[in-house]
Formats: sequence, C-alpha cells, structure tokens
Amino acid sequence: MRNAELVIIGGGPAGMCAAVSAYNAGARDILVIERDSDLGGILRQCIHNGFGLHRFKEELTGPEYAYKCETELKKFPIDVWCNTIVTDISKDKIITAMSSERGVEKIQAKAIILAMGCRERPRGALNIPGTRPAGIFSAGTAQKYVNMMGYMPGKNVVILGSGDIGLIMARRMTLEGAKVHAVCEVMPYSGGLARNIEQCLNDFDIPLYLSHTVTDIHGTDRIEGVTVSQVDEKMQPIKGTEMYIECDTLLLSVGLIPENELSKSAGLTLDSITRGCRVDQSRQTEIEGVFACGNVLHVHDLADFVSEEGEVAGESAAKYILGKTNTVKCNINVTTDGKVRYSVPQKITDTSEDIKLYYRVSQVFDNVTVFAEADGEIIVKQKKVKVVPGEMQYIVIKKDTLKKDAKELKIYIDKA
Amino acid sequence: MNRELTCIVCPMGCRLTVELDGKEVVSVSGNTCKRGEVYAKSECTNPVRVITTTVRTKNGKILPVKTDKPVPKELMADCMKVINGLCPDCNGEFSMGKIICENILDTGANIVVAGK
Amino acid sequence: MYDAVVIGAGVVGGLIARKLTSCALKVCIADKASDIAMGATKANSAIVHAGFDAKAGSLKAKLNKLGSDMMEKVCSELGVKYIRNGSLVLGYNDEDKKSLEAILENGKLNGIEGLKLIDSKELHHLEPNVSDDAIWALLAPTGAIVCPYELCEAAIGNAMDNGAELELGFEVCEITNDESGYTIVAKDGRKLQAKIVINAAGAYSDEMAKLVGDNSFDVHPRKGEYILLDKEYGFVTKHTLFTVPTKMGKGILVSPTVDGNLILGPTAVDFDEKENKQTTREGINSVIAESRRMVKNAPSNMAITSFCGLRSVGSTGDFIINSPQKGFINVAGIESPGLSASPAIAEYIADMLKNDGFKLDVKADFNPVREATHKFSTLSDEEKNEIIKKDPSFGKIICRCENVTEGEILRAIRTNPKATTLDGVKRRTRAQMGRCQGGFCSPYITELLAKELGISMEAVTKSGKDSFILTGKTKEDLKDA
Repeated sequence: MRNAELVIIGGGPAGMCAAVSAYNAGARDILVIERDSDLGGILRQCIHNGFGLHRFKEELTGPEYAYKCETELKKFPIDVWCNTIVTDISKDKIITAMSSERGVEKIQAKAIILAMGCRERPRGALNIPGTRPAGIFSAGTAQKYVNMMGYMPGKNVVILGSGDIGLIMARRMTLEGAKVHAVCEVMPYSGGLARNIEQCLNDFDIPLYLSHTVTDIHGTDRIEGVTVSQVDEKMQPIKGTEMYIECDTLLLSVGLIPENELSKSAGLTLDSITRGCRVDQSRQTEIEGVFACGNVLHVHDLADFVSEEGEVAGESAAKYILGKTNTVKCNINVTTDGKVRYSVPQKITDTSEDIKLYYRVSQVFDNVTVFAEADGEIIVKQKKVKVVPGEMQYIVIKKDTLKKDAKELKIYIDKA
Repeated sequence: MNRELTCIVCPMGCRLTVELDGKEVVSVSGNTCKRGEVYAKSECTNPVRVITTTVRTKNGKILPVKTDKPVPKELMADCMKVINGLCPDCNGEFSMGKIICENILDTGANIVVAGK
Repeated sequence: MYDAVVIGAGVVGGLIARKLTSCALKVCIADKASDIAMGATKANSAIVHAGFDAKAGSLKAKLNKLGSDMMEKVCSELGVKYIRNGSLVLGYNDEDKKSLEAILENGKLNGIEGLKLIDSKELHHLEPNVSDDAIWALLAPTGAIVCPYELCEAAIGNAMDNGAELELGFEVCEITNDESGYTIVAKDGRKLQAKIVINAAGAYSDEMAKLVGDNSFDVHPRKGEYILLDKEYGFVTKHTLFTVPTKMGKGILVSPTVDGNLILGPTAVDFDEKENKQTTREGINSVIAESRRMVKNAPSNMAITSFCGLRSVGSTGDFIINSPQKGFINVAGIESPGLSASPAIAEYIADMLKNDGFKLDVKADFNPVREATHKFSTLSDEEKNEIIKKDPSFGKIICRCENVTEGEILRAIRTNPKATTLDGVKRRTRAQMGRCQGGFCSPYITELLAKELGISMEAVTKSGKDSFILTGKTKEDLKDA
C-alpha cells in the first residue's frame, strides 16, 4: 500500500485549487486523482464564457479557466493521476483506486479532500409520465455531445428546467442550428442567473414558460413531442392548460446533486438539504482529516466560489497534516430559518479568522435584510434588494465577533 | 422613453433602467458598477456579444474557440457560418489564445482557441 | 432446418430454448424486437413467488411451485443473482386476516413450505419500516427475487454458447407446415424451417396461434407501472411486501431488487394496445399512494426511474400451454407468476414434446454453466488486477453509478447474446441504470457501440428501429459554402 499525506479526489476547479493551496500552506506529498482523461472536471465541456470574473478579473471560457488552474498546479510537484477512479474510501482514510494502467490499488492518506463534483438529476427523479423514447438528455449530457464530441443530439428542442446549464444549452443548440421551442420552468422564477436569461434566451427570442412543466412525453422510437402544462402553487398541473409542442429532443436541466457515494462509503452523513457533507469553517467533515469542497459539498453557481472553497479546504488540510490546527476551539451550530434554506459551513469551531458563510434562499425575496444572530445577539446585517434561490449569497463573520462559548449562529431573513 | 435591461457583465445580473432620448442614452440607473453603465449604453446603441463555440480541426478533433472581443449581436449568425467553415490544421497542439481567423467579418474581433 | 424454433426471446422462450438445446435439439430463437427481453421480461416485479396464491390445482400453481424450487439452481448455473428474501402479504384488518388465512390454506394445498400467519409484533420485528396500520401478515420464507432480464440474457447466452441461434427483428407474419415441418416467415422475407415451433410470443402469442388456425384463446396486455428508487433506499424492506390480492393481480408490492434498489408497483390496468408502454401521472401517483400505505416514509421522491410493463393476460385465467397441432406448442398467457414458473415451464415443454413422440436426447457436451455477467465487481482486488493486467479495459470504469467497466461493456457487445443498442448494454451490464441514468456514461457507451459495431455515431440507437441517439454532426448544416 502506498502512502500519501494528502489525497484529493477530483481534478476539477475545487480539487486543483485545493492542491495548490495545500502546497502553498506547506503540504508536500500531494496526490490528485481524476477519473477523466484530463484535469478540469465539468469545466472542460463548459465552453461558454463568464468564468473567472472574481478570481482572474477577466471573462474566461470554462476550458480557459480550467487551463489557468492547471497551469498553476503544474508549477508545483503535485502528483496527478488521470483516468483513475476512486471506488472506496474507508473510515481510516484508505482509498481504493482503479485504473487501466495500475489496476486496483490502495493508498493510505493522512488527509483527504473530497472534490468529486456533482451530477444532474435524471428524468426519473421527476416522474414525468409518458413513453421512454430516445432523444431525452440531461442538459450536461447534450453539452458533452455538442461541445466535446461534435454531435447534435437533436434539431427541435424543448428544455425543461431553467437552471444555468439548461439556459446555456438553449443558446448553444441555437448557435449550432437547432430550434429551441421553449424553456419550461416549474417554479414561478428561473433557477438560472438573470444574465443567462438575457443572453441565452432573450437574445434568440426563446420563450421561457414559468410555472410550467412537461406533463407527457410522446413518441415511441425517438421523442416526437411533449405536452406542457401550467402548474398551480402546489406545482400540480392545471387541467385545460395543456399545450403540445412538437420536438425531437427534450433536454432536462432540473437540478444538480452532489456526488457523495464515496463520502458515504467513508461513513459520513449528509446534510438533508445540501446533500453534501456537514463541515466546519475549515471545510473539515465529521471525520478529522477529511475535508470537502466545491460542488460535492453544495452546488455552486460560480466556479470562482468553487475555487475559493477549494483553497480553504486545501489550506486546512495542510494545517491538519502539519499539526498546525488551532487548538482553541468552539462548537457553534449554524442554523437557518427555512427562508434561508441552508448555509455552509454548518458548524464553526474556530472564530480567530474571518468566516465567509455561503447561503441560499428558498424563494425570491425583495428588499429584505439577512441577519446573522449569535445566541440572540445580531452580529451582522446585510441588506438585499433582491435575493433568488438560483444565486448563492455569502455573509462575512469578522474574526472575533463570535464569542467562543456561543452555541448557535442563526442566519435568517426579515423585512428590511 | 425608458428601457429596462438585465446587465450581463457579471453574475449579479443588475436590473438597469436606461433613459433614452431617441437613440441617445440620457442616463443609466440600477447599475452597481461602472461596467453596468458601459453595458447599458452599448446595449442601447450597438449591442455586442462574445461568441463561444467550437471548430472541427482537420484531424476531426473538436476545439473550443471564441471571439477575442464582442461582435455586433446581429452578426452572430453570420459569424457562426464563417466559424463553422473553419477547419484549422492541428499539427501538434493548439496553444490557448492562438488566432485561427483574423478580423472576422470586419468586426475587428479574431477567433481564438479557447480550450485544449 | 432447425429442430425447434422458439418464437419469443423473453425469459420463458429463453429458458425453453436452453432446455431444448440441452436435449440435443438444434434451436433457433426468433423475436420481432431489436433485442432479447423486450416484452414483459424487461419490466416486471422481478419476484420469484413462493406460489401460495395461484389457485390450487391450476397449471399456474403447479409450475410456480416447481419453478420456485428450481430457480436457485438455475440461477447459480447461469451466474444470475438470486436472493431468497422471503415475502410478506400485509393485512390491515380482520377481513384481510380472513383472506390471509384463505391464502395460507391455498398455499398449503399448493405444497408451499414454511407459510405462517404472523401478528403485528412479529411483523414489525421482521420489518420495522412496515406501516403500523398493517397488523397481520402471511410470511412465505421461500419467496425470492431475481432480475428477469438478467436471467433471460443468461439463458439465451447459455443456449447460444451451446449452439442455439438467435434471429432478431424477425416479425413472424406467416407459419405454414407440410410433412417436412413448419416454415416460419418474417415480414422482411427471412424464413426459418423447423420440426417444432414453440409459441412463446408473449403479448402476441394469440396472433401466432391464429397463424396456424388456432383461435382458442386471446391474450390482452395488462399495464403495470413501476417506480424504481435509489439504492440508498434498498434497506427499507428486506422481504418483498404484498397486499391482499384482488382479481386484477397481486396488488402493489414494495420489494428490494437483487441489485439493491427498491421497486414499487405495479398498477394493473387492462389495455387493448399491445405496445402502450406509457407511464401516466395517475399510475405513478397511485403507486406512490399505495406504497405509502405499506411502508412508513416511503421515499418515493427518491425515484431514479419509472417504467411501464405489459403482462400478457390469457383469456382462460390460467397459463395456456397446449399443442393445437403436432409440433406446435403454445406457451401463452404467461402472466404472473410466469417468471417464477419459467424454469419449470421449460421442463414441462420438454416432457410434452417427448410425450408427443419427438426424440429428445441429452446433449453430451452441453455446458449448463455461464460465467456471471456481473462477476467483476464481486472479485477481490488481486483477482481484479489479474484481469486488468490481461485486459486493461477492465480497469476503466465507464458507469460511475453502478461501477461498470469498459471491459464488461465490450464483453456485452461481443458475446452472446450480443448487445447492439444502448438499452441492450444497459440491461446486460447495468451501465446507465444507476442514479444518473446514463447522464455521464451514455456518450462513452455510444462511442463504444459505434466502434465495435463498425457504424457511425449517428447510427447508434437506444433501442433499435428509429431510436437514434444523435441527429448529426455539429457544423455540418451551418456553413458558408
């Protein structure tokens, strides 16, 4: 069995940035394991621009962003194994990996960073009735076919779900000559960024049907059409609102789920809302020395924030390896009120540095204030003109504003 | 006359209100940064977009490309036709940023490699 | 000239073909679909019924019991996963208790061992997640689970490895016979000749019988909708849970599958169309509602897929196994417990043929054993490394959800019965069958199929005919000349 100080599972932006930051913080024996043939993760197929405004102060395509991260990583003696898949992590941090080149092997790690990313929810998760023909793809699968393999999954397209990948694919398919007839969103608001509605739908006159969903799928061999219906407040289809749209392709952009099979194999429990591990401000999970960052922890909208979280996890893992972890600890639970759907981290164990708390809201709110309240005392207020579920927010808890003996930090929304 | 816009410069997606006098922009509000104002003015006078797409290289590989600056929105479809006709010869690696088509349709923008 | 042609490449036809091959007959299996296991076999409850509820004295009762007894051995020969998990029929009130007692009596008449009526305490001790409303249950320890298309694939693969042949896309439109035997003609003009014809055509078995002038029965499809839940919820019940049966069938069940998922369903709606496999909102909702009555916190929001199967319900109420004329054998109306009975049906057919004067020998070199399709993931690291060293494609995982390697997918495409479609690969290897439902791996599998079959990417289909995955290349349509 091989040993490694730090094994990072996943070579997307989270894993790559974690590796560099761990190296800079003093870790030396670092191994990044990537299942694909190249580093970059899902960014490799996200050929659209809009990445990196925060981090690199310029607008990059996904592959450019990934390339920058990779270039940075390659400056350091960090081991990278591509085409290698991790099949198991044990509680005592033994990793089982498999590849054509090296077969099955076990690696004993001192610390592990989970950076496996997320996957798309499939049709079945929605229980859409109808036939089961060819021509139904998750938006990311279609993106891979178009952007990496050079094939068209169809010519007449309906998209269900207005998540960013769905919106991006509406534009992409249109640019490649397909006709996108409609984007349907079951919620009364879009799950994607406002600018993507503008530049991916409005630029091409693609209609967005809010509070609408696909209620039937037609066709036996290849999909021939869908029935789209309006839904009520309980998201049940309203009789009489059905419209038939002829199409040869249905793309689904109906949500992303962190890929936590390995976390579970290590015995970690998942947060029922984020569906990622529960972590503290250093991104350490319930198992000491196991950290998580990026979309495997909670689904992000921006690669910039994924990288940033990777850096936090990388630095923390290095500190852990070097035995530099701050011993003065506290145990503060971060809670939310439901209007704030979740926050990451879920726990604070050290208040000696500024803490950036990411959160997401459960619906659209206009003109509200977001409060951070520690044991009844408001410590941060944040005014918001508009917050939407599709856009992750953050609030900064300045160092030493939280008392070490505090029990609960509550993040909630109230009228301005 | 006022025109409502969603700023596309960054992920914040600010709601912009542009006061127009004919085609002249009188004022921009709702933006939270200077770039928003620049965007609003451009959007109301000469809307432009960066195109990101792919080309098929001579050996059949798919390569991500983009315009290195925004091109007029109404030229997007025409630019796509030109880009789809490109078939760069890929002997060895394409380096990031390499120009494979100069000054596309006289827009002043080049098509550059935007992926490995 | 074949000794026997089996029309229908489902689990029943497959096991019959295997049996007849072992009897030294030259066998051909013909099916109108693009792959094996495309009828009721691909979408049913995947249960080996203990055999307590089929009416005592019926053919169903007899063959269910025999099949259930044989199943474990057949599965072990064919390398097919089989779990004897036992089943429970739930009762919610005194009236149900009476029904359970009647079923128990019927089961005893059928010779089913170990049946026992248990009370709420014992029930909830066995299955803590069963609804508190269930106060009685009939326990059948011999109930089991198996994957029907895995069994079908293995049976046909094993038959083919022993010399049987397979004709797909063979839509029978004419059957004639003279002194030399039967001639079976397909719509596309292909012809098969055989001394024996086994009509195991499922929903179309009545039409096949009519081709030889036998109008004695009809078959109509009964639609059943199912929901399959994420493996995370396979733990909900260990036993297969049933409710008290009605005249439409055994009702909704909640059961683990051999692959660790949880299956809910089926509905039971009679239909005229033999190809109507649409799921419906009403159907799915009723499965969810019913399953919620049976288990606490049925996590129906954790579905990974829903699907619809068609059971072939015969007009006589029992299995229809007979020979309207010498050498032509109907195996029709094989609704539930058809899967359970299938190994026994194969034996029964062999006996019928012997009784009808056909010569059935023992094929000396018949090898009843087939290597398990899903063997790789069960091996030790050392054993895996041995295989990867010889064939590196086994070191490359293509389907991340079900951990299926490229080697296993290539084998499914290269070995009998060869997969030619995405769904074919799915049913044989489980690749695309996990929680992402092919989101990550289907592009790779499409590439592998195109390469192995020597066809273009655009020619690869999901499930034969016009079910193409891709419509063309990017750039092709939109170019300046």
